Amino acid sequence: MLSVHNLSCQRGDKPLFEGVSFRLQAAQALHIEGENGVGKTSLLRIICGLSAPDAGQVHWQDQPTAQAGEAFRSNLLYLGHHLALKEDLSAFENLQTDAAVAGRSLSQVQVLKALALMGLRGREHLPVRVMSQGQKRRTALARLCVSQAALWVLDEPFVALDAQALDLLRGLLAKHVAEGGMLLFTSHQKIDLAHAQGQGLAVQSYRLKAAA
Amino acid sequence: MNRTGINWFYFAAPQAFYGLAGKLLPWLAVMAALLGAAGLWLGFAVAPTDFQQGEGYRIIFLHVPASWMSMVIYLAMAFWSVLGLTFNTRLSGMMTRALAPTGALFAFLSLWTGALWGKPMWGAWWVWDARLTSELILFFLYLGYIALTSAIDDPKRGDKAGALIAIVGAINVPIIYFSVTWWNTLHQGASVSLTKSPSMAAVMLWGMLLMALAFWLYTIALVLYRVRTHILQREAHTEWVKHLMSAKAFGGAA
Amino acid sequence: MSASRAFTAVLKRDLRLALRRKSEVLTAVFFFVVVAALFPLGIGPELNTLRLIAPGVLWVGALLSSMLALQRLFEADYRDGSLEQMALSPAPMPLLVAAKLLAHWLVSGLPLVLLAPLLGLQFDLAPQALATLMLTLLLGTPVLSLVGGIGAALTLGVRGGGVLLSLLVLPLFVPVLVFGAGAVEAQISGLGIQAHISILLAMLLPAVFFSPFACSAALRIALE
Repeated sequence: MLSVHNLSCQRGDKPLFEGVSFRLQAAQALHIEGENGVGKTSLLRIICGLSAPDAGQVHWQDQPTAQAGEAFRSNLLYLGHHLALKEDLSAFENLQTDAAVAGRSLSQVQVLKALALMGLRGREHLPVRVMSQGQKRRTALARLCVSQAALWVLDEPFVALDAQALDLLRGLLAKHVAEGGMLLFTSHQKIDLAHAQGQGLAVQSYRLKAAA
Repeated sequence: MNRTGINWFYFAAPQAFYGLAGKLLPWLAVMAALLGAAGLWLGFAVAPTDFQQGEGYRIIFLHVPASWMSMVIYLAMAFWSVLGLTFNTRLSGMMTRALAPTGALFAFLSLWTGALWGKPMWGAWWVWDARLTSELILFFLYLGYIALTSAIDDPKRGDKAGALIAIVGAINVPIIYFSVTWWNTLHQGASVSLTKSPSMAAVMLWGMLLMALAFWLYTIALVLYRVRTHILQREAHTEWVKHLMSAKAFGGAA
Repeated sequence: MSASRAFTAVLKRDLRLALRRKSEVLTAVFFFVVVAALFPLGIGPELNTLRLIAPGVLWVGALLSSMLALQRLFEADYRDGSLEQMALSPAPMPLLVAAKLLAHWLVSGLPLVLLAPLLGLQFDLAPQALATLMLTLLLGTPVLSLVGGIGAALTLGVRGGGVLLSLLVLPLFVPVLVFGAGAVEAQISGLGIQAHISILLAMLLPAVFFSPFACSAALRIALE
């Protein structure tokens, strides 16, 4: 369970946001909404532990994330604005290394299956450099297929995806939440998460407002 | 914080420190000037002419205290850096940044006076003496810190990065000094140390001590002044600074 | 153990990337060769002089080459987001940074060690001197990578990066230079090199242990 208490963040001298609090339980999805520049990315990075908040705390299973350390990070998957893909490596190599860094070892079959799921069959061994932007995003999102993390924190995951990839992603996210995972994401669009069975999944939303 | 004990963190708040620094400043500046005058008088008027080196040796009254200060200030920077990284206080970063330029100045002064002394004594403007060479490297450490903190726009990131390099530098200073001394003795380079001379007159020692104290007080005064400026800049968005600035604008007392 | 798996994965990835982008790697090595070749051209072919200056010139060449290579260490990972993923890995960040430092040394430092004898021959160094040169570079170049890595981490994404990095890191390199070149000179003069080697080791071992932690701290500051 992720709980966020009274977070506030400053950019330079100006306060960005303050007093942000919410809870995320298992099998819940939370959509962080807000205008451009209000600090959604900063909020997500603070939650992941990449930046320190100017006030407030983030708790994982009722423990501050700073103390939870490995227990928190082994349950966390973060996809930010950067795809974290190595252009000179193939999609296959990228996914394998990513999984190892995230603490999971994958067999060849598992990697190929994940990439095939994301519509990259036949392109697994091409260097990422020669892929289109959409294919690169699919490669990055293939991490979701193989992740065992309970909490997924995604910053604008729906950007630059075609209709088919969007469906794929929504299905992945819905499956994750339905199986008890937690999802925290930002997006400018309202997203419905449709489960494979065609049932909709309720997505809560939290509006991030600029500090006074 | 124990109620009966001293609250060390009271002055860690920039506003409190601003007031304290403002009160101490004039006293320190005056004392620095007085001690400096006394030291210079002792060094240049009272101390006897050196048997071997004539009048030129008098530069040590600037050179030696400047060297001492350049090292003390670096240690102070390392101290504040450790404090800053441990307790995450904004003031520590400001103190370290305020100390650096003065430290660099003393290192530069030490090098320059060393050269001025070296020329009449050894016939060369620069002698690869162990201490002078270490001083040169220390000067580069100062420049590195100043360059790094100036290049980073975000003040908090700049403080932390600067603190790290100051600490790494401080750990390396004894290693650098050791290696340079070793290098120097092996190559039997010249040694410009007058302080090793066994027959240093008491007057000379007093002169150097007074100058060292004067430099020290000058440093503290100047650093406090600089820190006050840093505080005003960094805390410009807070109420107390806005109030202060508007009071000043209307000609009120600071 | 998943931490050691992560270590190996990062090491293999960095090595693979270096092999696929050989130009970056070769630049630093080439620089070493060029510096060593330019000095005789600048000073004159008189072998006695060359033998005198060889330890210093070769060591300074290795040092400058290392400094050039340092800029590559974290830059790419910082820009494409891989560094963030490493910071969020359940494996301890110092361990992953150690993998990067090792890969960096294998690709930028070890070639210098292997090339040094060839360049030393140009300066008419005797075989024992060449052996000492190789040994000191073998012990010293890792220290340069380890200590330089801290500077590289601190200057990530900062204006004036390359020059700033050099300024930060040069004072810290001086002891390695003094004892590295000093050992070769001592060997040539017939003096023992045990003291120098011990001191180089005394610098290497703490660097191996502490530098990954210092680099991680610096990287986290850069990621904030």
